[in-house]
Amino acid sequence: MGNKVEKSIKALCFCIIMILSTNCVQAQNLINGKKIFETRCLVCHQSDGGGVPNMNPPLDGSTNVNGKDIARLVKIIQNGYDERVALDGMYYNNAMTGNPDLKEDAIADVLSYIRNTWSNKAGLVTITEVKKAIIKNKLNKK
Amino acid sequence: MKKGGSILSLFILSLSIMGKAQENAGLKLPVGFKASLFANNIGSARHIAITKSGVIFAKLNNPNKEGNSIVRLEDTNNDGVAEKINGLAKYGGTGIYVKGNSLYASSNEAIFKYDLNSKDEVVNPLTPLTVVSGLIDRREHNSKSITLDMANNIYVNIGAYSNACQEKNRMPGSQGMKPCPILDSAGGIWKFDGSKQNQTYKDGKRYATGLRNVIGLDWNTQTNQLFVAQHGRDQLNSFYPNLYTDAQNAELPAETFYAINEGDNAGWPYVYYDPIQHKKIVAPEYGGDSKMEGSAEFKDPAVAFPAHMAPMAVLFYTGDQFPAKYKNGAFISFHGSWNRAPLPQEGFFVAFVPFKDGKATGEWEIFANGFAGMEEGVKVTNTGKAKARPCGLALGPDGSIYVSDDTKGAIFKISYNK
Ligand code: HEC
Repeated sequence: MGNKVEKSIKALCFCIIMILSTNCVQAQNLINGKKIFETRCLVCHQSDGGGVPNMNPPLDGSTNVNGKDIARLVKIIQNGYDERVALDGMYYNNAMTGNPDLKEDAIADVLSYIRNTWSNKAGLVTITEVKKAIIKNKLNKK
Repeated sequence: MKKGGSILSLFILSLSIMGKAQENAGLKLPVGFKASLFANNIGSARHIAITKSGVIFAKLNNPNKEGNSIVRLEDTNNDGVAEKINGLAKYGGTGIYVKGNSLYASSNEAIFKYDLNSKDEVVNPLTPLTVVSGLIDRREHNSKSITLDMANNIYVNIGAYSNACQEKNRMPGSQGMKPCPILDSAGGIWKFDGSKQNQTYKDGKRYATGLRNVIGLDWNTQTNQLFVAQHGRDQLNSFYPNLYTDAQNAELPAETFYAINEGDNAGWPYVYYDPIQHKKIVAPEYGGDSKMEGSAEFKDPAVAFPAHMAPMAVLFYTGDQFPAKYKNGAFISFHGSWNRAPLPQEGFFVAFVPFKDGKATGEWEIFANGFAGMEEGVKVTNTGKAKARPCGLALGPDGSIYVSDDTKGAIFKISYNK
């Protein structure tokens, strides 16, 4: 009986620690993601994620940024973007800078940040997802 | 009670702000000037042109709700507001110009010419003549602004599809190409014959080069000379953080206004103009270190404006309505910056550049401000939040000037009360 209680308390503690630590990891991701955003992306997409009309698209409220195609987002961040396709019905004239030097964890952080800032609530992006996306993008290139 | 009081005062405050916003259509002007909202929500109005009878044509960046990309506006009862509004053309673009009874308009790769009848209505909305076609459009800096001289030659800007002519555009660490191959077909002003049809590059002439992107240009009929305003390069700090701080990037390089003679070279991408050192400086993509001075072969600006404010149109004031100091001076509209971030943005106004004996004095002042719709003393931080961004400029037959906005599509009319 006593043993059982002890076990469940232990399990509960373990759970709490797990929850706390993953939250911590998440917070860390977002802080690092914010830093990367401010140094590399803010100038074009602006601090409110609202972009610049006709030039740079908004990330706040963007269907793609909040969407499921992580591979596309990873590719845009690594290679830059200059396709002039309609983004939520609008066209943008500027060319986006590539970030070939950003590591997988940094890409996960900045994506997590833009998907969970302003009005965006799209869930975090893990390093594993970024790695998978990079492999997928390589295969698609061939 | 206290809460009720503060809510009441807030209410009164917001009423007074609203009241103010209506005066002069929300614009701040020098004493004696007044403004009206001539039109609103017509679509992304880029450049505007006016006929002798006062009909305005606005070129839209993209077709509007009605599917038109040229909008014709007429103030039939002369109250400073357009009553009769309709449109034509399906192609987006920036340039528009009226010369006699010809209306010229540009897409991002061609220039078309329409005929106007005695009521300044377009006779051939579906069948314009193609004056020039095949001009480079690689999206970045693709606006084809136009102006005409007194001999009916057209000057068109062909912007460089690049920031600094790097091997890989906007890629950190990528070197500048030398010579910059873009300059053969872009990064300058080309001259064509406004009365001929179906011209391409080979029929025109590169009139001036080394201009990254000119959106505002006008022919000075007093001196018979072309004047252009260039958009300087971006992102010195993001590509060269060791050479430029965020604060330096916000001030570099100058937006430059040039008096152009045939054959001039303003130096892009090899140099930029530093408004603090008052020098042309070698671009870091070409080995510059933020201090190394550029070659004297490149042209110096007539006026250097603060960085990144984005000059959109140039208009020489040849009207008779404004006070004498404005006569033959230049108005320049500034769209307002975005790439000063993380520092607050600048611009969003129309400036006046005084001229003396056909030359810019080097001075400038803010003429009309308040387009962004911010409260007194508050700067724009996020460019997308600016209510209106000044773009096109045109002179009306009565000497009033008009300013267009390509955000929501407003046109402001500014007049002087004697
Ligand atoms: C030089 C300006 C610039 C910078 C710097 C920049 N972007 Fe962009 N970004 C753009 C432009 C322009 C587009 C759209 C390009 C097009 O339509 O061809 C874009 C598109 C995007 C998109 C696709 C949006 C959609 O709705 O599909 C994402 C995501 C994005 N950027 C994220 C970022 C991130 C993250 C950074 C920083 C690591 C960044 N950008 C830095 C200009 C920029």
